[in-house]
Amino acid sequence: MELLYNIFIDPFVQMGAMPDFLLQVLWEGFVSGILYALLALGFVLIFKASGVFNFAQGIMVVFSALSLVSLYAAGVPAYIALALAILIMAALAVTIERVVLRHLVNQDDIILFMATIGLSYFLIGFGELIFGGEPKAMITEELGLPTGSTTFDIFDGILILQHIDIAAAVIAAILVAVLAIFFSKTRIGRGLRAVADDHQAALSVGISLNQIWAIVWFASGIVALATGIMWGAKSDVSFALQIVALKALPVLILGGFTSVPGAIVGGLIIGFGEKLFEVYWGGLLGGGVEGWFAYVIALIFLLFRPQGLFGEKIIERV
Amino acid sequence: MFYREAGQYKTNYKDDLATFPILQDRIAIGIYLVIAFVAIPIFGNDFFINSMMIPFLIFTLAAIGLNILTGYTGQLSLGTGAFMGVGAYACYKMTTIFPDINIIILVVLSGVFSAGIGAIFGLPSLRIKGFYLVVTTLAAQFFLEWCFIRIPWLYNYNISGAIEVPQREIMGVIITGASASPTARYLVVLSVVVVMTWIASNIIQGRIGRSWMMIRDMDIAAELMGVRPLQAKLSAFAVSSFYCGVAGAMMVFFWLGAAEVESFDVNQSFRILFMVVLGGLGSLVGCYMGAAFIWMLPIMITIAPSIFGLDINAATVEHINFMMIGGLIIFFLIMEPHGLARLWSLAKQKLRVWPFPY
Repeated sequence: MELLYNIFIDPFVQMGAMPDFLLQVLWEGFVSGILYALLALGFVLIFKASGVFNFAQGIMVVFSALSLVSLYAAGVPAYIALALAILIMAALAVTIERVVLRHLVNQDDIILFMATIGLSYFLIGFGELIFGGEPKAMITEELGLPTGSTTFDIFDGILILQHIDIAAAVIAAILVAVLAIFFSKTRIGRGLRAVADDHQAALSVGISLNQIWAIVWFASGIVALATGIMWGAKSDVSFALQIVALKALPVLILGGFTSVPGAIVGGLIIGFGEKLFEVYWGGLLGGGVEGWFAYVIALIFLLFRPQGLFGEKIIERV
Repeated sequence: MFYREAGQYKTNYKDDLATFPILQDRIAIGIYLVIAFVAIPIFGNDFFINSMMIPFLIFTLAAIGLNILTGYTGQLSLGTGAFMGVGAYACYKMTTIFPDINIIILVVLSGVFSAGIGAIFGLPSLRIKGFYLVVTTLAAQFFLEWCFIRIPWLYNYNISGAIEVPQREIMGVIITGASASPTARYLVVLSVVVVMTWIASNIIQGRIGRSWMMIRDMDIAAELMGVRPLQAKLSAFAVSSFYCGVAGAMMVFFWLGAAEVESFDVNQSFRILFMVVLGGLGSLVGCYMGAAFIWMLPIMITIAPSIFGLDINAATVEHINFMMIGGLIIFFLIMEPHGLARLWSLAKQKLRVWPFPY
């Protein structure tokens, strides 16, 4: 009985007793949800256009953020460093397309997936060789991002909002809007959607697959850079991030592999759920449940709705 | 020149189905076994046995486990490290609860526990496959890692959170614990790995193994031909996890001596996956080659520059190692998806027809 009480009643009593704390937890959940959503967005872009599940997205986040920070540390002004980091991601996208993807056209999805695991190992080694393995601080202020915090008085308590978190939410919204316009209004965007729909048909009307793939990897490189900046501003930029980045996988399961809105909603659900569960129920299990909560949610979800919330109905099922 | 099958006639079906149809291959296997069981214990020094041969054999066993699942049944798994952990912790608990039972029996029994856990996490594979299955195996990985930290009962409430191997002996020879000689541990590991490879080879060539491969090649066709996906997939998960569990138990008991949860993290899973991919998906010889390659590569990178008088620090070695492994994975997937095992059989084919091209 006491266990049932602890599971079903007590957490809600606590929520009711301290609404300001609940709001703070929800806000934290929202912020990490935004970051998961940004991560997942990078995966979705590539998956839509090439059917490649890009395991290296996590290391691309780290790699882009590290190049930005290291360029700044080498004496390059912040905004020029940002531009150069974008150029580096473009070069990386073209190289990956040339060296890896072009040779693996028409292979099994799983082979391509394993190739991206190899790619992420290569980038880890390469990145650590160039930038060194130790964590680095993100140049938040130099990029003109706000760093302060605002405190609200509500429900006889306080709610603290970090400005950088608000900026993250705004930037994420802008990125999604820009991507949506890019996909629906521009020539290249139409090409991307055509390729996503059917590779062969797109080829036969004269769309260059190789070019589209390079562009889409570049786009997800930019998303990776934005994620890296936001994440780096909250905690330092380190290679440990790329394990956290695996959480984009359950986000995608929830949202569906091919849906941009799905990535956002999935990220938010995971973010909220994870924080609420950790704070109100985690104590029952000994804490530290954040590490697997997302995956178990995804596991349960898979059993009932394998295509995700917004995914296409067609899913290869056994 | 010597590698010819001329004159070796197959006069009955048994010969036709033999695992090693060529006499020279059988001789070679015999020589390998003699080297492994006699020459290495006599001539190998402690460093060679302890830091190269023992981990190589243990990783081979884990790679065989993963290969059964990924290479033969076509289900990609990133939870290998956690399943190895289940074996290790199960074995540790059993040695504390039943201190009198022979340690080798316990090591093999611990595989049963990880087989059970593996089958449970394999259940979603009946409905989903591909990336979706990767997520469920990752769920297993992170959830089990959490269990290894948060359930103190598993490590006997040890303050350090590590499992430490007690001393056990067989027939008067100490085989586990700090005072066991590397040679004794090596011989135990070698015997287990050889026997389990032999069993794996028989399972794979038998009815169960063929049903796995049918599921891998085309699941719907396999089902139409009478293979039950439920049994085939769950048995693959169970057998695979059994092998990984035994490998994990041996890793702690015969190699590391003490282990924490870091030994079973997701990077361990990747390492085993790389062994399987480089060695060759769907090949037992490949498991040996892949494990040897991945395990020896960092040692080679450390040794090679010192021959030329260059000095490289440990961190750089690790970074170069990561780059080379990543690069090689991509290279092999592009150039030779069947891995080192395929190169090996190509070389043998060339030898057979030498000096003619075909």
